[in-house]
Amino acid sequence: MSVAPAETVRPEEDVETDSVVVPDKPWVTIVWNDPVNLMSYVAYVFQKHFGYPKAKANKLMTDVHEKGKAVVSNGTREEMERDVEAMHGYGLWATMQHDS
Amino acid sequence: MVAANFRRARKGGVSIVMGPVEHQVLLRVLGEMLELVSVESGGEAEDDPLARAVGIGTATEAPEDPALARLFPDGYTDDPEASADFRRYTEPGLRSAKHERLATALSTLGEEPHKMLLDADEAQAWLGALNDSRLVLGERLGVTEDLEELISALGEDDPRLALLWVYDRLTYLQESLVQALWGGGP
Repeated sequence: MSVAPAETVRPEEDVETDSVVVPDKPWVTIVWNDPVNLMSYVAYVFQKHFGYPKAKANKLMTDVHEKGKAVVSNGTREEMERDVEAMHGYGLWATMQHDS
Repeated sequence: MVAANFRRARKGGVSIVMGPVEHQVLLRVLGEMLELVSVESGGEAEDDPLARAVGIGTATEAPEDPALARLFPDGYTDDPEASADFRRYTEPGLRSAKHERLATALSTLGEEPHKMLLDADEAQAWLGALNDSRLVLGERLGVTEDLEELISALGEDDPRLALLWVYDRLTYLQESLVQALWGGGP
């Protein structure tokens, strides 16, 4: 996790233009099936890291197992980089990509 | 022989009593894992002191050893350039986190078998250390989802049978640890 730098004061900036900026959120984190990771462990990781309810965590785990992969989160590129890094920390096989 | 398993203990912790054989096997596996993930053995020591201080590495490609590559996979589905950047920023931190978990597991395991009482953080370290060990062993053994099929394909004298036994023990231990940490929860 990174800490945001102190905000620079820019008094002349027209704040209204900020509201038309479309947020960069079309990135997804995908977890891929692999023969080693335990089903119980994968579901546990989904609940622990993403805070998903047990039912959703189990559903995503089942998707990974049966369909070969599942989109486990979406957001900005920076957010997805943090999720992928976390999944790698847990030993899950995860990648991110632009959602198209 | 009754296999040891993890049991839920107070305040999010767990406990386990391992037999001497299991204890010896874990000492060896975790010790070898510690060596495998250490920066020195990977030959990827960071030369630039500033980059080292902020945790940026120089490696931009997945490690050649398939087992290490499984521990540190590419971060982007189909973008080698972005994956290279991602690796420079994340691999050193991941490496040291995995190293630390293995070191914690080894130090709580101790030289002699005893009843281990792990707090919540130590339990998480064990969970990660067991999983990483299984990933490496699984890669080395070419484990598939059908373990029985793999075992029956090996001859009686195949040295990999002993490693598969170790893999199976680690699987059992990790499953019992997940259940101890998570079982019965909401």
